[in-house]
Amino acid sequence: MGKVWKFGDDVDTDQILPGRYAPYLTGEAALARHAFIEHRPEFARAVRAGDIILAGRNFGCGSSREYAPLALKRCGIAAIVARSFARIFFRNALNLGIPLFESETAAQEIADGQEVELDVAQGMLVAGERAFPLRPPPAFVCEILHQGGIVEYYRKHGRFPGEPDP
Amino acid sequence: MGQTLSEKIISRAAGHEVQAGDLAVVQVAMTMTVNSIAESVIKVLRQELGAKRVHDPERVALFVDHVAPACNPATADGQVLLRRFALEEGIDRLYDVGRGICHQLMIEEGLVQPGTVALGSDSHATTYGAIGAFGTGMGATDIALAFARGKTWLKVPESIKVQVHGAFSPGTTAKDLILWLIGRLGAEGASYRAVEFHGMEGSSLASRMTVCSMTTEMGAKAGLVPPDDLIRQHYPVPGWLYPDADARYVQEIMIDRSKIQPQVSLPHQVDRVAPVSQVQGVQVHQVFLGSCTNGRLEDLHLAASMLSGRHIARGVRLLVIPASHRVLADAVADGTMSILLAAGATVGTPGCGPCLGRHLGVLGAGEVCLSTSNRNFQGRMGSPEASIYLGSPATAAATALAGFIADPREYWQ
Repeated sequence: MGKVWKFGDDVDTDQILPGRYAPYLTGEAALARHAFIEHRPEFARAVRAGDIILAGRNFGCGSSREYAPLALKRCGIAAIVARSFARIFFRNALNLGIPLFESETAAQEIADGQEVELDVAQGMLVAGERAFPLRPPPAFVCEILHQGGIVEYYRKHGRFPGEPDP
Repeated sequence: MGQTLSEKIISRAAGHEVQAGDLAVVQVAMTMTVNSIAESVIKVLRQELGAKRVHDPERVALFVDHVAPACNPATADGQVLLRRFALEEGIDRLYDVGRGICHQLMIEEGLVQPGTVALGSDSHATTYGAIGAFGTGMGATDIALAFARGKTWLKVPESIKVQVHGAFSPGTTAKDLILWLIGRLGAEGASYRAVEFHGMEGSSLASRMTVCSMTTEMGAKAGLVPPDDLIRQHYPVPGWLYPDADARYVQEIMIDRSKIQPQVSLPHQVDRVAPVSQVQGVQVHQVFLGSCTNGRLEDLHLAASMLSGRHIARGVRLLVIPASHRVLADAVADGTMSILLAAGATVGTPGCGPCLGRHLGVLGAGEVCLSTSNRNFQGRMGSPEASIYLGSPATAAATALAGFIADPREYWQ
């Protein structure tokens, strides 16, 4: 079980982790403390391992800074469910092994702070009596997530997704 | 079936024919990172991947441009680390403090070539499409993998075709065109797609870079202009590097440049775009002329032509940060800098400047900035209580003269 942290559309990387709190300025150890520090200051204080981010369209737009999804991972975010993701953020989060799912309805119908259960294998987000099916990610995405990220995937297979075995 | 420019470039880099939707592993001709990300890249490369060396030091470029010179000891330490990394790896292409912004130098120094795939650890790597390269931004882990292998993997994007025609009216620029397009398509209107601009003949390289750099603000994976004679004069363009007439595009958009008015992005989203006339009169405290989007000689010339013989308004700061050392040197040599200084401008070290809100013009609470850069997210340039409007160098010059957001056509001389 985890709590839902709900966000709107077009949440950008400066909201997730403002540039002025980048690890090269403030040190990597402080990263988790700075997630949403200006956009939603209570987030870093109250977030618990296993919580889920639920967002609207184009989550993570803007910069290629990988430390934005890394900050969320360090906070213990178990998954991000959004109506859609910005391209670079999606890839960065996937590389770090953060489960990402698209759902048109979950973000609209589940309330902020609600307790939910995520069933990754079944692709289902359960909130009380209601179950929201999540769009199954492509096979290569599932495999990267299964390995825990792209570095683990690469170390295990010795190749990139889409490449024949060496 | 015919291929788009992106499909052609990725097919070459993959060594076999690909089409939109395919997963491809491609040769990367140049991979670059910058000082703000390098520490993470080096950590993944050496600690997590256990790579002993970069795959090919000739295909790596390093830049010290984000907060350069350093503003605090932590930033300075990061720059020391990057310099040491370059030495240890035998990477000659290290562009240190004051040389300029990574994307500007990638093109200015010929580090990226038409028809190749180039990666940057910065989202505005889409800029390289201005010379017909497939440039795209990735995060630290992907860059580390490309350093280790000289290759990357990607999904071949579908393409949007933008057909441009007509000529800009005075006071209107390529920046207004791309802001207008972002306003029309929205912040995810080109998500996962490449944007191919046709009809750009007659457009300068600087203008093409402006347009391609900002395609990332609508989610694009790449923004490209098919190379023409202008590019052939300066770069080797392979004969196959053109989009086929029967290439498949998911969307086609026509733009008549003569109909575009000066545009601005309103706080705090790049795709909240309006004609400048709608926000005319908003009081401004800082005007920033610079960034990888608009810090080139052409941009400085345009601003200087409007500021010549005039002085900026009381209560406004005009920060000019050339995109590279060469831009600065050229602007000094041809008298542009004298005009800007006489008009009251403050000049900073070539680099990213205050675009990323960490030094050289950070905004305070309640302050308003008109910036020629590419992002106006809340808190981007400093205080979350500051407001950023994005506009062209002409709008920046007019605004600096007026002290409030102003229509450049009223200050045209």
